[in-house]
Amino acid sequence: VTTVSRSSRRSALLAFMRKEVQHILRDRQTLTILLLLPVAQLLLFGFAVRTDVRDVRIAIIDTAPDAASMMLRNRFAGSGRFRVTHVLPSGAALAPLFRRGAIDVALQIAPGLGHRISDGQPVRLELVADAMDPNTGTTMRRYAQAVVTAWQAEVAPTTGRIQLQSQVRMRFNPTLESVNLFVPGLIALILTLVTTLMTAISLSREKERGTFEVLLVSPLRPWQIVVGKVAPYLALAFLNVLSVLLAARLVFHVPMRGSVGLLLAASVLFSTVGLALGTVIASVTSSQLAAMLAALGGTMLPNLMLSGMIFPLASMPMPLQIVSNIVPARWFVEICRSIMLKGSGLPILWQELAILSAMLLVLMAIAIRRLQVRLD
Amino acid sequence: MLQSLRVLLRKEFLQISRDAVIMRMLFVMPMIQLLVLANAATFEVKRSRLWIADQDHSVSSRGLIDAFLVSGRFVVVPETGGLARADLALQAADVDMILVVPSDFERDLVRTRRGNVQLVLNAEDGAQAGVTQGYATMILANYAATLSVRLMPAVTSVQSRAAAVVSTRDWFNPTLNYKHFTVPGILVMLVTLVGTLMTALNIVREKEAGTLDQLNVTPISRGVFIAAKLLPLWCIALVELSLGLVIARFVFGVPMHGSLLVIYVGAGIYLAAALGVGLWISSVAETQQQALFVTFAVLMIYTLMSGLYTPVGGMPGWVQWIAQINPLLHFIALMRAVTLKGAGFADVSRQLLALTAIGATTLTLAVLQYRKRAA
Repeated sequence: VTTVSRSSRRSALLAFMRKEVQHILRDRQTLTILLLLPVAQLLLFGFAVRTDVRDVRIAIIDTAPDAASMMLRNRFAGSGRFRVTHVLPSGAALAPLFRRGAIDVALQIAPGLGHRISDGQPVRLELVADAMDPNTGTTMRRYAQAVVTAWQAEVAPTTGRIQLQSQVRMRFNPTLESVNLFVPGLIALILTLVTTLMTAISLSREKERGTFEVLLVSPLRPWQIVVGKVAPYLALAFLNVLSVLLAARLVFHVPMRGSVGLLLAASVLFSTVGLALGTVIASVTSSQLAAMLAALGGTMLPNLMLSGMIFPLASMPMPLQIVSNIVPARWFVEICRSIMLKGSGLPILWQELAILSAMLLVLMAIAIRRLQVRLD
Repeated sequence: MLQSLRVLLRKEFLQISRDAVIMRMLFVMPMIQLLVLANAATFEVKRSRLWIADQDHSVSSRGLIDAFLVSGRFVVVPETGGLARADLALQAADVDMILVVPSDFERDLVRTRRGNVQLVLNAEDGAQAGVTQGYATMILANYAATLSVRLMPAVTSVQSRAAAVVSTRDWFNPTLNYKHFTVPGILVMLVTLVGTLMTALNIVREKEAGTLDQLNVTPISRGVFIAAKLLPLWCIALVELSLGLVIARFVFGVPMHGSLLVIYVGAGIYLAAALGVGLWISSVAETQQQALFVTFAVLMIYTLMSGLYTPVGGMPGWVQWIAQINPLLHFIALMRAVTLKGAGFADVSRQLLALTAIGATTLTLAVLQYRKRAA
């Protein structure tokens, strides 16, 4: 057995890889899921996960309508962001409307608006926002305030007072589209699904069926078995990245300001980390179900919740921010966003890439160790 | 028939309560997840890191910077340097906003009564950038008013009478506590996860073990069998919801302005719909692995299209229409309306109606599907 030549080992590895590819190709159901799921997820994320605030429903309480109050009402109707759904004579019906979720904001105009303006008296307006969701609530209130301010400048110009004007530049995402934020992060989720989850299942299936022991007594070395197992998934992951990038570009017009090559290289690095993690999970669990649950709970959930992909890390409490450092996707999400939205290159991203590489080395060391223990 | 239902129910309850792993999965895991997720799942905008590029170094510019500092919304990063360095820091996400006060800021203020500043924000996360910009604009407006009073008291006293007084109020969450908003929704999501997964796995496991065939040849009718499967999980899910409500009230301080009765009536109907989906999955899937995959996919769609994390109003119109068939969307809306707004039966009648329709449809579909498979 010891005289197996190097070249025959190499051809054995190739044959083994061919067998694995056939395995994947033959399981049509799973293959379809793996190829379609990423694009389906992208569409779901792109269309459903949005934090943009628009089409705000406003109720206007106009006790004694006059020309001035009509003008203010028209301001809201014509703002493009507000939809005046109710015009009420009194504020009594306001609470039930809010409770039913029929309106988002209410503006109460005190009677005699026109008179007060022409007499130079202060005008009283009250804005009420449904602040159940604090972010959306305050954002809607701010938009409403902006409409009132613009109206005020027109009817009662405050010439002579000091005005501070700010020229605002929204860098990296001028249209504030949330799609631009979520799509780069989604690549991390998809790669985790294809690499970690699938390797964990595929390897633990061989273990469960006892075929892994058969492989171990073959002329293949343990690392070759693992490489043969995971290489096809790496190729699949690469295909997924390409398809998601293409869909992001064509359907959602997500910008690509940096180098595609760097992004693809980082994707391969992250995929390899995911594959190593899957191998480690398969080596420490005893059944397919356990491996699957561990992969879901141990990688998918943290990657979704603690990577900054949906929820900003800066908003989390300190302990969770610290834990997030060991979540590989946290670093990869940052790389994707930086390259796509900011056009960052190596000088800015080397740290993130170095951390991912270090994670890869540690995971590979653990995986190799576990495999050797099994051999003994 | 009632007799056999009682016997089957006893068997199911015994089977569940004897399995320590399942008991832990049912009661401990979701509560831990609730505690962690409520802290992780937040879009709350904490203090933004501010880079100040003061090119004016005047009394007015320093006053403006102080106004930003005392607002409590911004922390100033200690570094200084040219705008190029500031932009690099913005790109590396070391700062969130750059405030540029140009060199002729005070001179312009005195001459033209207009001051110009520049705000440069990292808008990768558009929603967060928008909120930060809102705070900055507010600070600028307040500082302008202060300056008016200080620099030209005569003009200001005449003008201020004519100004509009806009008072603003934030209803239903006056302290703007993000957790009060998210905790009820996350609780519903976790109860759904456990309920759906348990139903889906429960029957598939009997299939895998072959005991389903044994049950099918007994005189028990299918209706009784399905009722015996669903009722225990329905009860468990309600108990779980109660546990979560206690945590929401006493750990997170979520208010309860409405009546618990509305919540439980809604929950009863909602859970029938959620478990119906689990039943459907279990009749479609052959193995536990398949059941798990399908459950995962269904729950992902549920969660993302429910308004749990992101507002439903932000979605395109046609997506909002599709989202209406999602029971989670209606029940989360109901939970929030009852806890935070004190909504009663009349206020949430739309949600109750939608849940009833969805529940009836999913249960019917699931039972039909189950018959087909078993036949």
